[in-house]
Amino acid sequence: MRTAGERPGAPGGSADPMVPRPFRVTRRRRETADTFTLDLVAEDGKPFAFAPGQFNMLYVHGVGEVPISISGDPADGTRLVHTIRAVGKVSAALCAMKRGDLVALRGPYGKPWPTVEAEGHDVVFIAGGVGLAPLRPAIVHAIANRHRFGKVIVLYGARSPADMLFAEEVQRWRGLFSMEVDATVDRAGPDWLGRVGVVTKLVERAEFDPAHTLAMICGPEVMMRFSVEMLTRRGVAEDRIYVSMERNMKCAVGFCGHCQWGSAFVCRDGPVFRHDRIAHLNAIREL
Amino acid sequence: MVCAVNKHLDARLLDPAGADELVRALQRRGFSVIAPAIEDDIVVLREYGPADTLPRGYSDTQDGGSYRLTRTGDDRLFAYAAAPQGFKRVLWPPRQTLYESRRTADRLEILPVTEEPKKLALFAARACEIDAIAILDGVFDNGDFADPGYWARRRDAFVVLVECGRSGDTCFCASMGTGPAREAGFDIALTEIFGNGPHRLLARAGSERGAEVLAEIAGRPATAGDADDRNRMLAEVAAAQARRMPADVAAILAANPEHARWNAVAERCLTCGNCTMVCPTCFCSTTEDSSSLDMSTATRARRWDSCFTIDYSYIHGGAVRASARSRYRQWISHKLSTWHEQFGRAGCVGCGRCITWCPVGIDIVEEANAIAASSA
Repeated sequence: MRTAGERPGAPGGSADPMVPRPFRVTRRRRETADTFTLDLVAEDGKPFAFAPGQFNMLYVHGVGEVPISISGDPADGTRLVHTIRAVGKVSAALCAMKRGDLVALRGPYGKPWPTVEAEGHDVVFIAGGVGLAPLRPAIVHAIANRHRFGKVIVLYGARSPADMLFAEEVQRWRGLFSMEVDATVDRAGPDWLGRVGVVTKLVERAEFDPAHTLAMICGPEVMMRFSVEMLTRRGVAEDRIYVSMERNMKCAVGFCGHCQWGSAFVCRDGPVFRHDRIAHLNAIREL
Repeated sequence: MVCAVNKHLDARLLDPAGADELVRALQRRGFSVIAPAIEDDIVVLREYGPADTLPRGYSDTQDGGSYRLTRTGDDRLFAYAAAPQGFKRVLWPPRQTLYESRRTADRLEILPVTEEPKKLALFAARACEIDAIAILDGVFDNGDFADPGYWARRRDAFVVLVECGRSGDTCFCASMGTGPAREAGFDIALTEIFGNGPHRLLARAGSERGAEVLAEIAGRPATAGDADDRNRMLAEVAAAQARRMPADVAAILAANPEHARWNAVAERCLTCGNCTMVCPTCFCSTTEDSSSLDMSTATRARRWDSCFTIDYSYIHGGAVRASARSRYRQWISHKLSTWHEQFGRAGCVGCGRCITWCPVGIDIVEEANAIAASSA
């Protein structure tokens, strides 16, 4: 055994796709009680390009590695942004990171949101809870390239006002004349004067042209299912509805098998799927 | 299907002792030869040592949940069927270290752990086994990503095929189209002919380097009669297989995700994962982290995993496949159905190991046929 920077032996002599490189935490923001946003900069200074909807594998020294979607601006090639909810030991360790701490990271992986296909269409972003994080790069991209799209609509549902991600930014988006933002929560105290109810209600009343609409959805599976149902009921074609799936992943490169969903490897064929291509999988429980 | 011996490759006849000679010829060329041996009353594949000879006079009886090594009373070299473990564990070891992470006050260093490329020879790989390796090749080089560790071991591996002279009791390679005859995917092919004229090995080269090695072994040219003996023997081996996978099993399983049979098999399945551990094509892995007590050095490793574990499909909130029914369905549907969409062929080679090593004797062929018989 020896240690080296690169492994020989692969066809094309490529380096091991399982080996990450170090990144430093330059900023940490608290989003909710259990969700934090980390800004990361590569220690080797190399730029990092990604497409909205892609994810990275983040490794915490001695703790483990988890897939985390990228929540930052795709036009920013130096600062990589991840929004992480503490639900397991690795994500909890990531959320506990301070400015100056080091992680290791590999990526980006997966099929992105259809930002090019969406051009010329009304674009409806539907997010549930932390599902807003993987959608944020696409929303930021749409705002930065606003003239390429029809209407831009963000519909956001969270469990409670305190569970809303990027709350200030969502408020700022809502203040723009060029887009429409609506939000709802499952439950709220008396200090919340906004909407209460499920996100599908927002889908029902949003103003878009169904014949020329493309939708991108990310959230709990049940929320995505009902959102798709409402969109199709309103006349949006199933081949213009995209969802982002979550499955267990150990490798992100198609080797570990864990993320299989029917014949799809969510890591390589997803996480973003066009709905008409996976509708048959959605119908089968425990697939 | 049994094909004629490839005409442009000169088939040769070796005495039975030629098999050990062949191993030593490969060793002289610097190959680490992984060959069958007997250990703890099973056939194992291990590095052929200086004092070793290939086992002679061994066979086996295999059935659902049962494996017994038996003696043949003669000096046949390859009368036993699939060994409990195939060559997968050589090319894709059960535990592999990925990298070491070193943390100092202000630095994090990731040091990949690399194995030196090995010159491996895989000796006495059966036809199903070579097919399984071809499947793994596709998994570990999927077009976007290749695993350098796998390819360091695999790329120059010298493959010696042994065509089976006897079908194991749980074999069904014929109906999977993977054996017992094989015309490609090897450097040298051996077919042991026994009980029909003198005990001899029909040897064919499948590559230039195979022909070079073969030329070093004492032997004589084979005749058309030897080729006929081989063809007849392999046809008999194929015909002896009672288990037959339904030809349209991929479509049948895809159409029956809610078939009642899944409940029936779940009542017997212990979700122990034995089938996945002996399967020559199961490639799933998980990762493991360990660290020094002061946390300055951490190691990340990969080890074989099984889709039968509850952790396998765990995401925040619970396992996607919580029931035994869904996990068995995942395994067999992947092997026989979704594999086609992923890799353009079945993920099952018909070696029968999952039947033999299932502690309750669940039979993949029987289950597939049961679903086919009452398909929706």
